[in-house]
Amino acid sequence: MTEFDWTQLLDYALMGMLLAVGIAIVRLRNLFAAVMLMGVYSLLSAAWFVTLDAVDVAFTEAAVGAGISTVLMLAAMLLTAREAEPVKAIRHWAALIVVSVAGAALFYAVGDMPVYGDPNSPANSYVGMDYITSTPNEIAIPNVVTAVLASYRGFDTFGETVVIFAAGLGVMLLLGLNSGKKKGDEE
Amino acid sequence: MTPHLVLRVVSKLLIPLIVVFGLYVHFHGDYSPGGGFQAGVIVAAAVILYALIFGIDSAKRAVPTWFVKFMAALGVLLFGGTGVASLILGANFLDYDVLHPDLAHHTGQHIGIILVELGVLSTVFSVMMAIFYAFAGRAPDIPEGEW
Repeated sequence: MTEFDWTQLLDYALMGMLLAVGIAIVRLRNLFAAVMLMGVYSLLSAAWFVTLDAVDVAFTEAAVGAGISTVLMLAAMLLTAREAEPVKAIRHWAALIVVSVAGAALFYAVGDMPVYGDPNSPANSYVGMDYITSTPNEIAIPNVVTAVLASYRGFDTFGETVVIFAAGLGVMLLLGLNSGKKKGDEE
Repeated sequence: MTPHLVLRVVSKLLIPLIVVFGLYVHFHGDYSPGGGFQAGVIVAAAVILYALIFGIDSAKRAVPTWFVKFMAALGVLLFGGTGVASLILGANFLDYDVLHPDLAHHTGQHIGIILVELGVLSTVFSVMMAIFYAFAGRAPDIPEGEW
């Protein structure tokens, strides 16, 4: 019998908190509280990513999910009502059925997933293992994630940057930056 | 904006630290988790915090809208330009080895990675600021009772 891994208790605790926050968001009528709880949900996800050793993802989740998108949701909420309209019960049941079917499918697939950290899993064995073994010789930087993102998969990252730029461009064209509107009372 | 004294003092202490941490995440990205995207978001979060506490007009004086537009385009240009530079030097698009003759230490790779990460930083920071300005500029100021 192997030794009991105490860190899995942390995983269970974070999962339980994520579930509780998720249910609370669904049940809340007050939009301000719902936006704040979505920030809490992102922060809990970031903590959970850290326990999975995905620190890069945790960084992004904490800054984008908990920080910037919460502020954007607050700004959007200021333009609308503070309370959500009650929804008819029939739509709740339809949503519950969709979520249950999708959840059951995911649980059915869990058995086929490789063990966490398995070096022989498909994600780790082919090109992933190649990156890990050749990064010290070809790129000579310690962080393999940066080597893959910026060098091996630089073309993909270029595409992502262009997508982000296009998203910003779309927002700027549709909403404008309100520049120069208050020029008179700036000084 | 005379009220919220504690908020203003604490955020004035925190904002420089957040920006320095963002730059650390960026320039230490070769050695530790992080990189241009995370750094851009962290620095943007610092400016957004400033805008929340001191008002959006003060933030627009610190980071003007023309600067945001300029940097968003500059980031993509820097990333693409690095790729075109390696093309001109006779290698594939975004193949950084040709950027520096020192192949033994892979200096070209390091230069290329820092350049493209700078491009990502510039674009991500500017686009986050642009989206924030576009949304927050439309909302009325938060009434006192809702703080």
